[in-house]
Amino acid sequence: MQLVLVITAVTLSLAAAGAIVRIAVGPSLLDRVLAADVLLAILGAALCIDMAVNRHLNNLMLVVAVSVIGFIGSVTVARFVADRREQPSDS
Amino acid sequence: MTPDTTLDTVIDAVSAVFMVVGAAMSLGAAIGLLRFPDLMSRMHAATKPQVLGLFLLLAAVGLQLRTWWIWPVLLLAWIFQLLTVPVSAHMVGRAGYRTKHLHRELLSTDELEAVVQKAAAKDAADPASKDDDGSA
Repeated sequence: MQLVLVITAVTLSLAAAGAIVRIAVGPSLLDRVLAADVLLAILGAALCIDMAVNRHLNNLMLVVAVSVIGFIGSVTVARFVADRREQPSDS
Repeated sequence: MTPDTTLDTVIDAVSAVFMVVGAAMSLGAAIGLLRFPDLMSRMHAATKPQVLGLFLLLAAVGLQLRTWWIWPVLLLAWIFQLLTVPVSAHMVGRAGYRTKHLHRELLSTDELEAVVQKAAAKDAADPASKDDDGSA
């Protein structure tokens, strides 16, 4: 089980690095929002793996809460982008 | 004791496979985010850890803990993820379409364009009704 922990830790670290690179380079705000969503999914995956390997349930409510309200941020930002780019003066 | 030990080994192996594959989903999403050319194809890659990856990892948690009452909670988490991910994907995709963050030559079909053209024609014919349908 420790081997699984090492493998998944390396995999998730590489995935988080990729998502953070996409947040950094953009090019648009929506790409960054999408990459932030993926980063949240990777965080939830790390919490689940911690629970599974160490056999505890300390993070369970956090995982449920993330799955319930995790979409609000990207919905808000997407709405903001749509409203802002509709202004005729915004080129 | 031998059947119990065998069953434990099998459950451990299955959950280990679930965890490795679930983590690989996250890595696949990251690679897709980095390599795909526009917002729409990146959205396609981003859904892998959100749905299948979360399912595999929640199943691994349930298998490792060996209790029955945990499964409804894990199912709740996954159902809520299934309900909320399409909402954000819809909003992001719509905003991306409206702000032209897509490579139109890569689309195989564009069903929204006909609707947009129709709405634009209606607006042009009757400018007074423009306030009704510009939102969302």
